[in-house]
Amino acid sequence: MMRRLATLLYRRPNLYLAMLLIPPLIWFGAIYLGSLLALLWQGFYTFDDFTMAVTPELTLANFAALLQPSNFDIILRTLGMAVAVSIASAVLAFPIAYYMARYTRGSTKAFFYIAVMMPMWASYIVKAYAWTLLLAKGGVAQWFVQQLNLEPLLQWLLGIPGVGGSTLSTSHLGRFMVFVYIWLPFMILPIQAALERLPPSLLHASADLGARPRQTFVQVILPLAVPGIAAGSIFTFSLTLGDFIVPQLVGPPGYFIGSMVYAQQGAIGNMPMAAAFTLVPIMLIAVYLTLVKRLGAFDAL
Amino acid sequence: MHSDNASPGLRLAAWGGLLFLHFPILIIVLYAFNTEDAAFSFPPRGLTLKWFGVAFSRPDVLESIKLSLQVACLATLIALVLGTLAAAALYRRSFFGKESLSLMLILPIALPGIITGIALLSAFKTLGIEPGIFTIVVGHATFCVVIVYNNVIARLRRTSQNQIEASMDLGADGWQTFRYIVLPNLGSALLAGGMLAFALSFDEIIVTTFTAGHERTLPIWLLNQLSRPRDVPVTNVVAMLVMLVTMLPILGAYYLTRGAENVTGSDGK
Repeated sequence: MMRRLATLLYRRPNLYLAMLLIPPLIWFGAIYLGSLLALLWQGFYTFDDFTMAVTPELTLANFAALLQPSNFDIILRTLGMAVAVSIASAVLAFPIAYYMARYTRGSTKAFFYIAVMMPMWASYIVKAYAWTLLLAKGGVAQWFVQQLNLEPLLQWLLGIPGVGGSTLSTSHLGRFMVFVYIWLPFMILPIQAALERLPPSLLHASADLGARPRQTFVQVILPLAVPGIAAGSIFTFSLTLGDFIVPQLVGPPGYFIGSMVYAQQGAIGNMPMAAAFTLVPIMLIAVYLTLVKRLGAFDAL
Repeated sequence: MHSDNASPGLRLAAWGGLLFLHFPILIIVLYAFNTEDAAFSFPPRGLTLKWFGVAFSRPDVLESIKLSLQVACLATLIALVLGTLAAAALYRRSFFGKESLSLMLILPIALPGIITGIALLSAFKTLGIEPGIFTIVVGHATFCVVIVYNNVIARLRRTSQNQIEASMDLGADGWQTFRYIVLPNLGSALLAGGMLAFALSFDEIIVTTFTAGHERTLPIWLLNQLSRPRDVPVTNVVAMLVMLVTMLPILGAYYLTRGAENVTGSDGK
């Protein structure tokens, strides 16, 4: 029976292909894409503020409402954080990736690889929880700041408007640190992969032609690492953009796109507005992807 | 390439970066043994194993562990089947729509989880499906497929066609070739993909928040705990447990696919 079926499939490659494809196609085409499109479609529905009812009358009001100052602020705040987190992750990740790619091999390289992978895969919610412990009053961060006598510096940082806040755990700075921590490994690995592919002959050539190490770094290594940085930034950017757990746990009050979507569909019950808001990260990520595609990010994924 | 040694500054930045990545994890482990019952004070006053017993005698904790294990097992199973089918279909032949299908597989982890979550939620509502273990599993399976897919397709690409042709030449039929050549080759890739999918599902919170209804998986239990300062010791113990369950599979998957491909493919969220 099995044998005859196998022979039949071997002789009829199209039938074979269809049998392989149908289950994943149903799952992704019907269930997943279907619900995604249905969601976006709901963004055109009308929500009545007084009766709190949704009617399927098509309107552009929800999308127009995104441009109201209060909603637009949310978008800008989230976007600003996503950009800041991506830049900081790239700066922190580069030396680690560079060291991994150029100065480690064999078991040290494997050790570094696992040491970056493990925190990347370790539970997201536990990492966020760990930071609430770290940043809490009387917690580890405060202890370190006291031991190192850095309190004036911390107070100064917390005093900067737009960066600080009343305490570390309710400041923009704290939230920023948590985001950078959680997404950093996603930046390290693509940069490391890009640097790993860098042919040593280029570095020799550069040195032979009289470039000082610094020149080689700026003019040869850094440009060739750009696709890796761009690939990593896809993760840091889009993951920050959609997050709603970290903004809820750490940082000052005020919505992020994710928390706004969550509030709109849950407590407020305005599904059309929530659907309209989900379009924002989709659009921003689409724009971002076309930008980084030019930097060669997709070849470095 | 490795002609010279790293400058002390670079070495410090690299090892310092690793320390930064692991420090919060060490803190979680440390606090799981903390003797205090309501504070985060550092350094801890003393260490104890008491809270492990307390945590494991709590019915809500056990209930959540059970649910998370069930969900992760079911989601992994579905992901293994769908991911393997998709990989087998996509790895050699090219056909109309191939690119868009592979894009579609990546979409659930490329788009923010909140979009997947809310889209599935509103679809379930429209279809009149009550949120519960079924809806959680559907959500998890959707983003786990790509993990299995990445592992399997990478292995299929490395599997030499010669072996398959040799098997056929020696008179084996399609089924025998699959059973004795292809499947043994895929074994460790399936295991690695399955372990990663399990870890991903066990830890997922964003999609789950939307699809879980009143059910509480372990990550959702943890999130709810954060507003309950009285329960801190139990929360710490569970946090360490979740951390271990999600970190160990990466070690396993690494050793299973060592020297081969990038095990995780792309995104981990």
